[in-house]
Amino acid sequence: MNVVDMIGLEQIRKDIPPFKAGDTLKVHVKIVEGDKQRIQVFQGVCIARHNKGAGSSFMVRKVSNGVGVERVFPLHAPTVDKIEVLTIGRVRRAKLYYLRNLQGKAARIRELRKGQ
Amino acid sequence: MIEGILGKKLGMTQVFAADGRWIPVTVVEAGPCTVLQKKTIATDGYDALQLGFGAKKSHRVNKPLMGHFRKADQGAFAHLKEVRAANLDAYQVGDQVTCETVFKAGDIVDVTGTSKGKGYQGVVRRWHFAGGPGAHGSNFHRLPGSIGCSAWPSRVRKGMRMAGQMGNKQITTQNLEIVEVRPAQNLILVKGALPGPNQGLVLIRKGVKAKKK
Repeated sequence: MNVVDMIGLEQIRKDIPPFKAGDTLKVHVKIVEGDKQRIQVFQGVCIARHNKGAGSSFMVRKVSNGVGVERVFPLHAPTVDKIEVLTIGRVRRAKLYYLRNLQGKAARIRELRKGQ
Repeated sequence: MIEGILGKKLGMTQVFAADGRWIPVTVVEAGPCTVLQKKTIATDGYDALQLGFGAKKSHRVNKPLMGHFRKADQGAFAHLKEVRAANLDAYQVGDQVTCETVFKAGDIVDVTGTSKGKGYQGVVRRWHFAGGPGAHGSNFHRLPGSIGCSAWPSRVRKGMRMAGQMGNKQITTQNLEIVEVRPAQNLILVKGALPGPNQGLVLIRKGVKAKKK
């Protein structure tokens, strides 16, 4: 493998838990305000993963006060402090963009339980 | 101190900064270069070091050049280039110049290379002329149009943008930032793009505009 690809591989973090689209995540993001740093949590359903080596990202959707909010996080960025996987969803798509058109009960995702 | 180093452009990638920014970088294998000759104010009118970079088989070098290489006794080199330097006493002919002695992360540099050749190109590609309509009876597709006036000045003005060879000439990109220096692998990571193809020769020097400040 050449040197340039090696530098790309070095950027990849090893502490990312495995998760897929449909899973409910808690993303802890570092936020810098002036010279202070704090952690903000964004909780929602992962609706897409974009796999591109160290440039990989994932999209998390939540409904906040009746308004749909989607955020795209770089998977390997140092600004993502930690990712917690809360539930594993049972879905049949890799990209869950259809959730944008659904509301309330219809927008739920069934949970994958053991033995299923 | 010497103000620059020769290197080989390896290609581009991206790295994360500590604050999470995703920075595009060009990876350069910079040095180690060998000092082949010292040019001094007393003998040449300016202070500089001639650097050799990139090994070359000795049987491909002619005898006069081989005699020049033999003074340094480090084998033959494919590329020779003079780089301005101060305090020449710190250097001897045959010394190695490595990347970490010249640059550190955060330095502002200018990078010189030979741009990729595009061949003979028209004015649309070479100078971004708009060109004419493609159809509807237009016979003015990619033509340059008028190149000047008539009786006065009765010649084409100097610098008129016309078709011709594009690329394959020396280009210097100024004010690039060094993101990281890796002495173990002789690598320098420069923010942004550099002129020339991958595997091409580049000369990294301290930025002239940054030096003025």
